[in-house]
Parts: sequence; structure tokens; C-alpha cells
Amino acid sequence: MENMVNIFLFGKKYSVPENLTIMTAMEYAGYQLVRGCGCRNGFCGACATIYRIKGDRELKACLACQTKVENDMYIATLPFFPLVKEVYDMNKIKPTEAVMMQLYPEIYACVGCNACTKACTQELNVMQYIAYAQRGDFEACAEESFDCVMCGVCSSRCPAGISHPQVAMLARRINGKYLAPGCGHLEDRVKEIKDGEFNDLIEALMQKPVEELKELYNTREIEK
Amino acid sequence: MYAESFQKSLALVEEAREKNIALEPVRMTAEQKETLLATFHPDYKADEFVTLTVGPNKGDKVPTELGEILQAHSRITADSVDLNAPDYDVDVLVIGGGGAGTSAAIEAHEAGAKVMIVTKLRMGDANTMMAEGGIQAADKPNDSPAIHFVDAFGGGHFAAKRELLAKLVCDAPEAIQWLSELGVEFDKTEDGTMVTTHGGGTSRKRMHAAKDYSGAEIMRTLRDEVLNRQIPVVDFTAAIELILDDKGNAAGAVLMNMETKELYVAKAKTVVIATGGAGRMHYQGFPTSNHYGATADGLVLGYRAGAKLLYAETLQYHPTGTAFPEQIFGALVTEKVRSLGAKLVNVNGEVFMHPLETRDVTAASIIRECSERGNGVETGNGLGVWLDTPMIEKIGGEGTIEKRIPAMMRMFGKYGIDIRKEPILVYPTLHYQNGGLDINVNGMTTNITNLFVAGEAVGGIHGKNRLMGNSLLDIIVFGRNAGINAASAAKNTEVGTLTLDHIAKFENELKDAGITTDTVSPKLLPDYTRKVNA
Ligand SMILES: Cc1cc2nc3c(=O)[nH]c(=O)nc-3n(C[C@H](O)[C@H](O)[C@H](O)COP(=O)(O)OP(=O)(O)OC[C@H]3O[C@@H](n4cnc5c(N)ncnc54)[C@H](O)[C@@H]3O)c2cc1C
Ligand code: SF4
Ligand code: SF4
Ligand code: FES
Repeated sequence: MENMVNIFLFGKKYSVPENLTIMTAMEYAGYQLVRGCGCRNGFCGACATIYRIKGDRELKACLACQTKVENDMYIATLPFFPLVKEVYDMNKIKPTEAVMMQLYPEIYACVGCNACTKACTQELNVMQYIAYAQRGDFEACAEESFDCVMCGVCSSRCPAGISHPQVAMLARRINGKYLAPGCGHLEDRVKEIKDGEFNDLIEALMQKPVEELKELYNTREIEK
Repeated sequence: MYAESFQKSLALVEEAREKNIALEPVRMTAEQKETLLATFHPDYKADEFVTLTVGPNKGDKVPTELGEILQAHSRITADSVDLNAPDYDVDVLVIGGGGAGTSAAIEAHEAGAKVMIVTKLRMGDANTMMAEGGIQAADKPNDSPAIHFVDAFGGGHFAAKRELLAKLVCDAPEAIQWLSELGVEFDKTEDGTMVTTHGGGTSRKRMHAAKDYSGAEIMRTLRDEVLNRQIPVVDFTAAIELILDDKGNAAGAVLMNMETKELYVAKAKTVVIATGGAGRMHYQGFPTSNHYGATADGLVLGYRAGAKLLYAETLQYHPTGTAFPEQIFGALVTEKVRSLGAKLVNVNGEVFMHPLETRDVTAASIIRECSERGNGVETGNGLGVWLDTPMIEKIGGEGTIEKRIPAMMRMFGKYGIDIRKEPILVYPTLHYQNGGLDINVNGMTTNITNLFVAGEAVGGIHGKNRLMGNSLLDIIVFGRNAGINAASAAKNTEVGTLTLDHIAKFENELKDAGITTDTVSPKLLPDYTRKVNA
């Protein structure tokens, strides 16, 4: 017999096996999920959830697909949080500090409470990446925020109304497009292909009998 | 931390680690691979397949579960909606908000078309978001599109449509450049050189990555770009039936709100199916690495309207699904773990194969180890073999795991397993739909005008097995291609009278073939609820 625990889904009590995640426990209880369930694997941020263990002062946040149920867990899912996403033209913005001021000025109202960091479902240092964004250090912001799944939990806790994942998204795109070093071998190859340098080789492969291709494949040299 | 029952085998793995690191396992010969596949690969289990008796692929074999939804009833009849009063009227209708769909939408928008995305869950709740390992492109000096072609063609058992594969490899470097210019952060060295690794079956190191969040980094950037362009996205809404016009061309789709079940008519000059894969069909009872909405909907939509499938009988079972702990059963352990040096080890601490054979061969080899050879590790939830992750730190230096595969470290860390110090347990998981709708090099189906397909819903680009990193590549290359061509076809299209006549026609074929079934399709979502009163 499986060990059972009591959980409270939106306040209502259910008894579920202790080895389930919050997501599979909801299904066990009979919920056919539509909202709040995407990758089921910790990548998409669809399943943001807040919970409190009875008697515990602290309100915790997690991803429902990545967290085991516990006894006396009070659970409320947060499948949508109204984030602010500003619209911009990637080809026109400049990688300067002023960009953040124009698009997400509220980041400068951060009071340093650290609630975002405490809530982050990916254990990121959210307050720190916002500080980098304030300073216009997009590279550091990008690096610090890289594992963000954009679940929005941090924003739900922020007294300054900051949409952290959107700020970080902008920083990463600026970094990827403008600040990361360009790639010479990639540019060369794109040009070579445009100039048709591989056309003959490819054309030959298109025509070759399968037997010859098998031979080519089975004897090809493999880089160590 | 593993329980007592694992300790004996774990000790053997640890003891042999140094020796196993030094070992260069031999690769299998072509004949050895063939016998192995025929005996142990799930695609070769004849009793798990049915022969289709209706539709354009009549006579072909497909997995039993796929056959059931292909030869099923529509969710609607022609009079469920009023085709004369469309709720949406666009040039290009993109079905699916994953990597292929968003790429197509961005390019169609760039070409000036009025484009709309309809997607079942949220934009980005998709297999694309989950890809960890990376994306291939032959952009290093020791590599070339021709070498890339040979790797992929051989890996796919010499069955790819060559013109599609040629496009894939030749457009690859440009796809990487396009993503970079959108702001995708690839792993690079200080001077801008791409950090590239091997994947199973590659002969050159051409796997580009963004740590082990490659797909997530691509997906969130494409999603952001769709939002910046203010392309309309109708989310939590599924396409449940294609609409044709009186000329037999694709002309839109019937949509259903996933929450309220309300139906809508979307009229379009061209349609792009980008609905992704089928892992949640759980073929042969396998667990899956796929996202919640991967139920082969696009194949059903296309098939009922008369589009042809290619290689729908071939699935990819990723060799390294999580076998333990139970909470993440079936979840993917990226191939990059093996690219970085971790080897597969059996219950006795023995390396039983070269870790970088193609996926089908590796999966079959693990199944053999756990069945015929009896060298599997009992996990409490089936069998598995060890993937010796601590080797990575020994080979690449301390910190390699945290830097290169942080998502993996986090996934197991949540359950108390520190993959830097302890190996993990793996077993094959249903991962990728190799086959799908048959297209020409312009992205259009071979037999329905103005119906385009991109991404995992396509068949033929990879042949009968896909190499790691070629799928993220195909969603970009063929996603963009479909968007461009759908926009341009829309310019020359006058939509005729809309019809849903194909539904009744298919019903009749089912009847004539003597098929009786209660199944309706597309499936849209799996049902994992516990049935209390059933
Ligand atoms: C865990 C994992 C790891 C992977 N790793 C790699 C890797 O390292 N390298 C690589 O190259 N490939 C990898 N792949 C494969 C690759 O990610 C996918 O094949 C690819 O991203 C598929 O893209 P897509 O756009 O075709 O489909 P998806 O990204 O799955 O998008 C399909 C979209 O269509 C929507 N949809 C489905 N049905 C309907 C409907 N009826 N109506 C409306 N919308 C619908 C879905 O909700 C979803 O949003 C991996 C896959 C998985 C699951
Ligand atoms: S930073 Fe915010 S949005 Fe990103 S993962 Fe953490 S809590 Fe979620
Ligand atoms: S929660 Fe808001 S105000 Fe508090 S530290 Fe984080 S960003 Fe600043
Ligand atoms: S469902 Fe995607 S993170 Fe949980």
C-alpha cells in the first residue's frame, strides 16, 4: 500500500500518494489539466504554484511539475500572471543603459526587499540580475538570469511591480545580438554557401546510388 | 542519494570508473547494428503496428495507437459551424506555437502577410522549449554541408528525401546566423568561435548549444519576437479540423477553445501545420520526454483532409530517458551528457557500448542489456542502466557539469541526486516522431495545395531516424521556409467556397472499410486523471 498524505487543492482536502508531484497529485485527485501544464518537466514555466505547509509562516513558490507533495500542503496554482511585456524593434534598439530606462523604468524603483530572489522557482538571484539591468550591465544580467523559465512567480511578489523575466529577456537578446563576440567562421560559411562553393558536392550526393552513399557513410572519418 | 538496494552496483561502477574513462569502446559494424535493431528496437515489433485501411496511406503500417486516431471520427460535423461567417480571416494561418510555427509566422510577417498563430496551450508550451542538447550546423572549417548530409542520410537509414535533406544542411549556417541576430545566445569562446560538440552519429563536432537550455533559449527568443511584431496569437485554442475550398485547396481551420469548447472558423489563404510530435500517445506503453500537448494532431488534421504521410511507422526512442526517480520517469537526459564524456555502464560496472552510436542503436542496445543479457539495474519502477555522469567532471574538470548541463544538475538535484558525484539511471523514452506529413522542398504537402507543414509534423527530412540537433535545425530552416512560401502563395490565392465535405467523405470510407470505433480525433491532450467511478 502506498503511503498517503493530505493536501489541500485550492483549500479542498485530498488524500494522495506521497511520491507524486503537485502536478500528478492534481491529476490523481481528478483534475484534467488544461492551464498550468506545459512541458511537465521544468522548462516552460506554465505550472507556477504557491503553497504553504500548515503552521509554517513562510509562503513558498515552486513549479508544480518539479515538486513533490508534502503532508498538509496548501496549494494554489498561478497559471497566469499579468506581466508587462514592452514591444520593441530588435534592429533599432541600442545596447545602452537608456534602453531599460525607456522600456522598463520601474526597475529603478526596486526597494531591495529580495522577495523575488526568495520566491524564484529556479533559485536564481533575481534581485541581483535586476541590479545588473539597472546598471546597464546586460551581459551580467543575461548570465545571471539564463535559467529563467519565465514563470512569473518573482513578479507576483514584487512590491515595485517589476516584470523581472521580461527585463531579463530584453537583456539576453541585447547580449546575444549586440554584445557577444561575432563569429567569423559562421559568417565565412554562410558566404561560401551563398557563393555556391558546395553546390557540386551536394549535387553529386543527390545523384549517387544508395550503395555508394552507404560506403561513404560506413567508412567516413570521425573527428576525435 | 540512492537507497541501499542500489549500493552494490554503485560500488562496482565507482570502482571501474577510472578504467572505464580510459576505455575507448569499439563502434559496432553495420551488420551488428542491423541485427541489434531488428531484434530489440520497438519499431521492429510487428504486433505493435496496424495496417491502415482508409485514407491516402491505405496499406501502410503505423503504430497501433496512431492507427486508432487516424481512422477515427471527427470531433464535429460540417454543420457544427457556419463557414460563411468566419471569426478570423487571414492570409496565413499558422497552427502551433512551437519553434516551427513561430519561425513561420515571423517570416510570413516579414514578407508582409497578415498572419495569425493558433496554439493549443500557451505559445512556447512545446517540445521546442524542452530541447536541451543543441542544434547542428556545419560551420567549422573542418566541416561542410556535404559531410553533414552524409551523417544525416546514413543516420536516417538512407531513407531521407534527398532534396529536403540538402536544403536542411545548406541552410543550416544561415539559420544559426538568423537566430544570433534575433539575440539567441549561443555558447562561444572569447573570440566568437562557437563551442561545438559531437552528437550521436555525427562525424564532426557541429552541435551548437546554449548551455543545456538550447531549445528554451531559442523558443523564448522567437516568442518574444512574435510579441514584438504584434502577430496575433490565439492561445488555449486547438485546430480540430482543416477547412478546404471547393477547389480542394487548404483554406483555414475549425478551432476550438480548450477551456470553453467554443468553436470558431478561421479562414485563410494558406495554412501551415506546425503541431509538433506525438510522445503523449505513449506508443507501446513507453513513457515520454515530450510536452503535454504532443498528440500527433497535425497528422490527423492532414490525413483526414487527404494529405499523405511518410514514414509514420518510425519513432525515435531516446536512449536516455530517466529511469529513476519515479517523479521524473521518462524525462529526457540530454545526449550532451554523453557528448561530454559520460559512458553507459551496466549493473556490473561494465561499459557495454560506444556512447555515441545513433539513437536507435543506443536505445536497442540498452534494451538488450536490460532484457536478453540480464545486466539491467532494478529501479523499483522497471529496469535501467547507469549513465556515469561523474566521468564528465573527471574529463572536463570540476565545474564542467554546472557550466554545461545546469538543467540536468537541477533536475536530479531536486531529488537528492548530485550528478557530479553519482551516476544516474536511464532507459529509453518515446522522444521524436521521425515521420509525418509528406512535403515538397517548398514546404507544401505533396497533394493539397496551400497546405504547408513544418517541424516535427513533417516526414522525410530525416529519413527513418533523426540525429540529435537536426530537429531544432529543421524547425528553423523549414519553419522559415514554410512561412516565406505560405506568404508568397497567399498573394496569388483567391479562396473559393469553404467546405467541410471531407469529414463526411472520410466517415463513408470508414464505414466502407468496416471500421467501427468510438474514438474521436485529434486527441488534443492525454488524460492522466485517475478514474474514480469508471
Ligand atoms: C525533451 C526534448 C529534448 C529535445 N532535444 C533536442 C535537441 O537537443 N536537439 C534537437 O535538434 N532537437 C531536440 N528535440 C526535438 C525538438 O525539440 C522538437 O522536435 C522540435 O522542437 C519540434 O518543434 P515543433 O515546432 O515542430 O513542435 P513543438 O515545439 O512541439 O510545437 C508544437 C506546437 O503546436 C501546438 N499544437 C499541437 N497540436 C495543436 C492543435 N491541434 N492546434 C493548435 N496547436 C497545436 C502545441 O501545443 C505546440 O505549441 C528535443 C525534444 C524534446 C521533447
Ligand atoms: S526569475 Fe522569476 S520568472 Fe524567472 S524562473 Fe525565477 S521566479 Fe520564475
Ligand atoms: S521583489 Fe521587487 S522590489 Fe523586491 S528586490 Fe525584487 S525587484 Fe526589488
Ligand atoms: S509544466 Fe513546464 S515547467 Fe512545469
